[in-house]
Amino acid sequence: MAVYKTHAAAADEFLKDEERTHWHDDTLWHVRTKRDTAAQKLPEWEVLRENASQIKEYVLSHLDELLVQFEKNATANGIEVLWAKNAQEHNEHVYRIFQENKVKNLVKSKSILTEECGLNHFLEEKGYDVVDTDLGERIIQFNDQVPSHIVMPAIHLKKKEIGDIFHKHLGTDAGADDPQYLTEAARIHLREKFIQANAAITGVNFGIAETGGFVVCTNEGNADMGTHLADVHIACMGIEKLIPRAADLGVYLRLLARSATGQSITNYTSHFHRPSAGKKMYLILVDNGRTEQLGREDFRNSLKCIRCGACMNTCPIYRRSSGFSYGSTVPGPIGSILSPGIDLKKHSTLPFASTLCGSCSDVCPVKINIHEQLYKWRQVITKEGDAQPAKKWSMKLAGKVLGSPAWYNFMGKSARTALKITPASLIYTKLNAWGKKRDLPEVPKESFKEWYKKNRK
Amino acid sequence: MSWFKTCNITLMNVGLFIPCYVDQFYPSAAIASLELLEKFGVDVTYPMDQTCCGQPMANSGYEQYGKDAGELFMKNFGDFEYIVAPSGSCTLHVKEHLLSHDGTGPKIYELCEFLTDVLKVEELHVSFPHRVGFHSSCHGLRGLHLAKPSEIVGVDFNKPVSLLEKVSGLELVTLDRKDECCGFGGTFAVFEEGISVQMGKDRLADHLSKGVEVITAADMSCLMHMEGLLKREKSPVKIMHIAEILNGNSIHS
Repeated sequence: MAVYKTHAAAADEFLKDEERTHWHDDTLWHVRTKRDTAAQKLPEWEVLRENASQIKEYVLSHLDELLVQFEKNATANGIEVLWAKNAQEHNEHVYRIFQENKVKNLVKSKSILTEECGLNHFLEEKGYDVVDTDLGERIIQFNDQVPSHIVMPAIHLKKKEIGDIFHKHLGTDAGADDPQYLTEAARIHLREKFIQANAAITGVNFGIAETGGFVVCTNEGNADMGTHLADVHIACMGIEKLIPRAADLGVYLRLLARSATGQSITNYTSHFHRPSAGKKMYLILVDNGRTEQLGREDFRNSLKCIRCGACMNTCPIYRRSSGFSYGSTVPGPIGSILSPGIDLKKHSTLPFASTLCGSCSDVCPVKINIHEQLYKWRQVITKEGDAQPAKKWSMKLAGKVLGSPAWYNFMGKSARTALKITPASLIYTKLNAWGKKRDLPEVPKESFKEWYKKNRK
Repeated sequence: MSWFKTCNITLMNVGLFIPCYVDQFYPSAAIASLELLEKFGVDVTYPMDQTCCGQPMANSGYEQYGKDAGELFMKNFGDFEYIVAPSGSCTLHVKEHLLSHDGTGPKIYELCEFLTDVLKVEELHVSFPHRVGFHSSCHGLRGLHLAKPSEIVGVDFNKPVSLLEKVSGLELVTLDRKDECCGFGGTFAVFEEGISVQMGKDRLADHLSKGVEVITAADMSCLMHMEGLLKREKSPVKIMHIAEILNGNSIHS
């Protein structure tokens, strides 16, 4: 049986560098405050969130019809639509398209779906050089890492570290970390790749059933640069990314960038409907566990997610443990309710990586009840084999004691007496996780119940 | 204490729920809650057989082990018109998991919202001449809507703070992050000890940088976590449950 690192263990690794932890926390908190400022400027914000949630509710309950409508309209537009049951089928579609079109060089704009499917690794094994063109993604690609955040993939790296990576891979001056200088170097490097590419892969932010078109949002224009220059455009889309009508788009575009970075809109919001003359456009619709999640009543509305990353920026645990501590393609609170549906054993500690503070649910632009789903996943995980027997037995014992007034009164008094008479060296041992850095409460001379008996009865 | 009665009606049938760890470790918060309700003419009963609502087990993923505690809770409190508890977190658990949602049976209130919404307290006649930091506990904030969370767009309100503002001499500081979680989170505090402690330290740093003498909250659990960190650092800053301040208690020695 595979042994997976718990979130707590991974977080402890990150926490060793307290200065970096503070830096990471402050950086993401800054993004959260930018989101707050942008949201506060729209008095209709809460109505927008409600609308966005309800439209997606409709989508999820009519997904079968909408997908067929979308395929029909996209096909009529001249897009070749392909279906993929899982990651493997998705990757094979891409490979087949490459072979059919004799693709040698490819560029790819950001798509968390292709991360989920492991497309880069798959193509590299087939001998392709995958060039991620989103600046953050290119940085982590150079650094042999995966994204630590779905919107800001390289947010875990400091300016100086990026300067070092660029020095190594792009030959920039040693020690140079001026953002303008580094961006310029990346631009020159990437433009060469854009010009050489035969195929461009993009993600999809929104597919519109009514028109058969789709929308890709970027800040760098890299999706456009790729698709306009290459002869083949492959768009990879999770089946939940649908919206019914073009008129619904405004609701989501107003929410997406504001929630993600505090911008009023992404710099580029590109609408694709059909291939240009002489070019080809493919759209791969991927399930990969989504219909299974749709069938889980308590968790289905996690599929409303528009991947803005706001729940990561607001999460006090994510900010202090970084995306890598989650060990899943989508980290943070939303990842912690999506990932257990994909691999329950591997991701069994993620729903516990939360205080259930609820900030994720309040910040979510499509009103996913994230913290309530975390609570519900906990119930599922402990029933389907908990990896932590100590927790199980302590909870069972606590349940027994707290379920009986006699046991409760007896145990309460015993514990207070024990704490009073036991030397500190025996209380603050390695086994006492509370006491590693915190004192236990001082033992009062009597419980409230004892006081009440004397003073009120 | 009749001079304290601001309302002429006497509310009958109020059950006081004192969460298990408050009963065992923080009786002064419980006594203050009881005295505060009595001052306002409320006829309070404390059922002697109460223990816990079952939240610690349920939030850890073991709802089934919390069932006995939940059933015992309903046996103790099922016949009251109102249940009042000095804890947002326990109140939320009882509201969501134990009480009926169809308007029948008892209604549970966290102490502050009972004071503002049911008793509609206008004056407290107490003083607390100190610099105070208010910690907004998450379950009360986002679950019970005791205040407007910073993520939500709308009209600002804060029920516990509105009560603290009625305490003469009390100087409330403005925090950099007004409603960030302290990192307690029940068994999270033990099973994710590293993050829990880091969150607590960060929360405290915000309060300490404002020169607070006392940190208060409507939840003793958050305060217990922060107190543990303060004591380990030998900090002179004290924690007090909001009921103690509203009841006119002085700083613990």
